[in-house]
Amino acid sequence: MRVRFVLGEVMTGIRRNLTMTVAVVITVAVSLALFGAGLMVRSQVDLMKDYWYDKVQVSIYLCGNTSEVISCAQGPVTQAQREEIRADLQSLQPLVEEVYYESSAEAFQRFSDQFRDAPILSSISAEDLPESFRVKLSDPTKYDVVASAFIGRPGVDSVNDQRRVLDTLFAILNGFQTGALVIAALMLLATVLLVANTIRVAAFSRRRETGIMRLVGASNFYIQLPFLLEAALAATLGALVAIGLLALLKAILVDGVLTPSFQFTNFVGWDVVAQVSAIVFVTGVALASVAALVTLRRYLRV
Amino acid sequence: MIRFANVTKHYPTQVRPALDDVTLEIAKGEFAFLVGASGSGKSTFLRLVLREDRPTKGSVHVAGKDLGRLPNWKVPHLRRQIGAVFQDFRLLPNKTVYENVAFALQVIGRPSAHIRAVVPEVIDLVGLAGKEQRFPDELSGGEQQRVAVARAFVNRPMILIADEPTGNLDPATSIGIMRLLDRINRTGTTVVMATHDAAIVDQMRKRVIELEHGQIVRDQTRGVYGVTR
Repeated sequence: MRVRFVLGEVMTGIRRNLTMTVAVVITVAVSLALFGAGLMVRSQVDLMKDYWYDKVQVSIYLCGNTSEVISCAQGPVTQAQREEIRADLQSLQPLVEEVYYESSAEAFQRFSDQFRDAPILSSISAEDLPESFRVKLSDPTKYDVVASAFIGRPGVDSVNDQRRVLDTLFAILNGFQTGALVIAALMLLATVLLVANTIRVAAFSRRRETGIMRLVGASNFYIQLPFLLEAALAATLGALVAIGLLALLKAILVDGVLTPSFQFTNFVGWDVVAQVSAIVFVTGVALASVAALVTLRRYLRV
Repeated sequence: MIRFANVTKHYPTQVRPALDDVTLEIAKGEFAFLVGASGSGKSTFLRLVLREDRPTKGSVHVAGKDLGRLPNWKVPHLRRQIGAVFQDFRLLPNKTVYENVAFALQVIGRPSAHIRAVVPEVIDLVGLAGKEQRFPDELSGGEQQRVAVARAFVNRPMILIADEPTGNLDPATSIGIMRLLDRINRTGTTVVMATHDAAIVDQMRKRVIELEHGQIVRDQTRGVYGVTR
């Protein structure tokens, strides 16, 4: 194997076909960046599900001073009503795993912690926040059982399933992810076709060389290697650009904007970025190489 | 060295076969002319020797190998034992004389030291010493064909195939090329040359195989071009 000679041929090939190579690098970069972003959104959703499904509760808000629903017409919840609700919740075991009572004062404490710096804090007092039962279910999907038992009951203001809220959020994120992956798939298809075309043009523009190589008995491998390396090199460059874009996405959007603004949840870490980068890199180089090999089989026969 | 046994070659687009039941043997070290009108089957014959095509019927043996049984991946090794020269030279215009000849060795993976030793030798043999750094368009037609011969011969093939090598050259230059081929033949290389050049065939007095409509109509050991034209 004459490495320097082969590399020389690769460089000549790239120089002659520079615009096409640049086009390949760009499409590979954009499609892989989208693909990687889709994968990152998915890890984000998984991460949030793990984090939140463990914490979600059904909240049963009890009537307070400001409640306006019919079941609260008789004013704030009485001690007897409160005890009755607690007893009924206990009787729903094993579906109800844990019951935690949060008083108005505790709710206010939690609220003040969460919105430490927000101006809204000064206009709210403990009386404005309802007391509630926080119920953890052994099977979070059986929310309806609890809801039907307590909604409309005297002393109960409302029953709120946090899972509902989260599921809407996850649906939106999943939509983003699917969209990104579909566009990425289309872009990858375009990339494959572009690589195939680039190779075809390159094979045509070098048909004198390849013709002589065939004639003097160069092996197929030797004839095809420069073309294959060209495609792989362009794909490698594109993949590196894509990985750079993903790192920027993580550093600027996730670490710079999302994390400071939404402190209630975790965001994907650099480990996920590294993992996605590896997948993106292998996918890009493999796709380009396979596209190149298939095209070469058609256009550079012995 | 080359043996055809009842070889027929049909091309799908043509009714008449390009070669029709050809049986013939060219021995090691022989010099043979292949003559005949255009379309008589000369080029098909050479393509079958190089295994650019396979025969429809019959068997082709080259350098001791049955080409019908030679797997695709071994074809390059066969071609390393066959040098080929064409009417249109087929040089690379962006490479110098030296690079054009060295290219044939580089692409079959020969080591640099071997290339540096062998290429000047062959360039000297074909009479182009001192012109190593010229580009093909700075050379005359005869000189370009000498480069092509050097490239075909640099790997010391057992067989040299020449398809109308003097077709683009004037008679005086052609004689020079023929002397060169004769010298290569005398090193033990089998030479098969397809040609239309009657003067050259008559002068060389070598074996002449005449094809007509894909059949051998004449095979003389010290022949002349003959009347067909």
